[in-house]
Amino acid sequence: MSAILSRSIKTKPSAARTTATEARLGAMTSGATAGWSVTAREAALARVQSMGLPQPRDEYWRFTKPQSLVQPEAPAAALFDPQEAPTFDQIDRVKIVFVDGVFSAADSDPLELAGVSIERLAEATSDIHWAKDLYGVLEERGQDPVERPLAALNTWAATDGVLIRVTGKAEKPVSLIYRHESETSDVMLHHVIKLEEGAELTLLENGPAAARFNKVLEVEVADEARFHHVRTQGRDHERRAATHIFARLGRESLFKSFTLTANGVMTRNEAVIELTGDDAMAHVAGACMGDGREFHHDDTVFVTHDALNCESRQVFKKVLRNGATGVFQGKILVKEGAQKTDGYQISQSLLLDGDSTFLAKPELEIYADDVACSHGSTSGAIDEEAIFYLRSRGVDANTAQDLMTIAFLAEALDEIEDDILREALLERLTAWLERRRG
Amino acid sequence: MRKGKNMLEIKNLHVKLEEEDKQILKGVDLTVEAGKVHAIMGPNGSGKSTLSYVLSGREGYEVTEGSATLLGEDLLEMDPEERAALGIFLAFQYPVEIPGVGNMTFLRTAVNAQRKARGEEELSSTDFLKIVREKAKSLKIDAEMLKRPVNVGFSGGEKKRNEILQMAMLEPKLCILDETDSGLDVDAMKLVSDGVNALRDEGRGFLVITHYQRLLDHIKPDVVHIMADGRIIKTGGPELALEVEQNGYADLLAEAQ
Repeated sequence: MSAILSRSIKTKPSAARTTATEARLGAMTSGATAGWSVTAREAALARVQSMGLPQPRDEYWRFTKPQSLVQPEAPAAALFDPQEAPTFDQIDRVKIVFVDGVFSAADSDPLELAGVSIERLAEATSDIHWAKDLYGVLEERGQDPVERPLAALNTWAATDGVLIRVTGKAEKPVSLIYRHESETSDVMLHHVIKLEEGAELTLLENGPAAARFNKVLEVEVADEARFHHVRTQGRDHERRAATHIFARLGRESLFKSFTLTANGVMTRNEAVIELTGDDAMAHVAGACMGDGREFHHDDTVFVTHDALNCESRQVFKKVLRNGATGVFQGKILVKEGAQKTDGYQISQSLLLDGDSTFLAKPELEIYADDVACSHGSTSGAIDEEAIFYLRSRGVDANTAQDLMTIAFLAEALDEIEDDILREALLERLTAWLERRRG
Repeated sequence: MRKGKNMLEIKNLHVKLEEEDKQILKGVDLTVEAGKVHAIMGPNGSGKSTLSYVLSGREGYEVTEGSATLLGEDLLEMDPEERAALGIFLAFQYPVEIPGVGNMTFLRTAVNAQRKARGEEELSSTDFLKIVREKAKSLKIDAEMLKRPVNVGFSGGEKKRNEILQMAMLEPKLCILDETDSGLDVDAMKLVSDGVNALRDEGRGFLVITHYQRLLDHIKPDVVHIMADGRIIKTGGPELALEVEQNGYADLLAEAQ
């Protein structure tokens, strides 16, 4: 890490933090006791013990209460039948299914795809493995300057996940499907993806996974490689999720991640992206629809520019109603020497009533003098002029509101490069909106 | 529809602004027959635009007295979309920009919503496209404009042409044009007027609101009303518009005192 970063002065964890951390660790065990990942897991445990788990007054947990994600027992989450086909149903892909965190061979496709090697973390137990260079490594890099203890906890305790190495252009997406069938499941999965030079992969993720889900995705995108990520987070009303993406990008590489969220009581999605090769491009986007006082959705993003002429975009849109809360904490850090950086960040909320809350903390930290960085954050009600215009043309009030909602989310959805995937999600969104009003 | 049948009937309409408790319309009486074009002229602040908004159902106005019916049905009790399905169309003075909603999606949603409300079958995509292309062409609206978000980045003239395209697609019974000539150059005015004139038929009534006589050179009215201070103070033939053009409103206002 560069010396320019101001690292907070390390103090001993407070008694409350230590108690909470010990309580959680005491209820868990390491995810593996033998094989290549053991060293990384032990180091991760030491990080958790040193940092302590998140507490309410922590700088990056001021808007989101960490309690339910930290406490030893996962709060129960009732199962929900959304009565709709699962996302990506019509997409040709390699399906890998986890039911409450347990791999289901019966529901999965053979883990075979030309130019791609796919293994399960739980089965990769040899002493030597390519993933050793990345597992917990990108996570650890992402702990500075902002600590992410839940991710380190995951590195230590994750029981399964996938290890994907891509050497060519994958002809179809790899699709991780997370089913939730137990009201009390508490699941940790950890995925590592390595795209070799010039390789390309689309990763799809969908489903609620568990009552409480902690997931880490580490992605290395080598020079000229392209990684696309599209996920939907399941519609279970009561599920909780803390997810982290750690990505490192090489020269002329591309990283694109889009997340659609509706329902769930607690979602914290963190993305930590490091542009280390010149002319790389990273886009992170999210669309979320929150309904009800219980709904809390937090997008926390940290993009570091550490190379020449890179582009990054953060596009996050939230539609909130009936007391829902949305949080955005987004940072662009441009390191010394990262000239010609083009950074863009926008976070917006559409508040459909006066009860809902949107909290935004956009940050720019720039140490290069030839860069273009812009950020914006807005929060507003629906445009009543536009609603009247639509109604005066015969469109009923509900449909008018839905059209405006989709229009509002469009900029985030546009970050999905693949037309078919984008249309599929748009259709889904439209159907949700229609059903929501019954 | 029989020619000459009363399409729009407004009786003793009193309207105030909800927020300011300010009386805008102070007893408007007006009847528009099917097949006729009525023009309303008047100085700024006379209540012309308010009348158009009250008829189309915009919020923020309170009717304190009087009535307004279209084809015998009480308009004032209806939601804007019900009025639209019944046949009211307002061409906005300032058409609203809707980022993110494609013009084509907007048109199709509107056309099919009205068809559905009237118990008619929705138009298929192919039929819809065929009709919209044909009508767009006569208004010199190109495919690019149809794809763009509603009115976003449109010039003043393009916005007004887009209003007329919507009117042509929705085939309303009563077309209200609120200062459609504002912001138009001579060529654009001709284009828009031709679009309006193409829609004139025996089953349709028009209420054309304008400050200036020049629009009425293109869209020839059957009846001209002068509105001032929330009332119609004089009604006459097309010659009344010429009189205003030459002498202004001052004489008429003095006469009405």
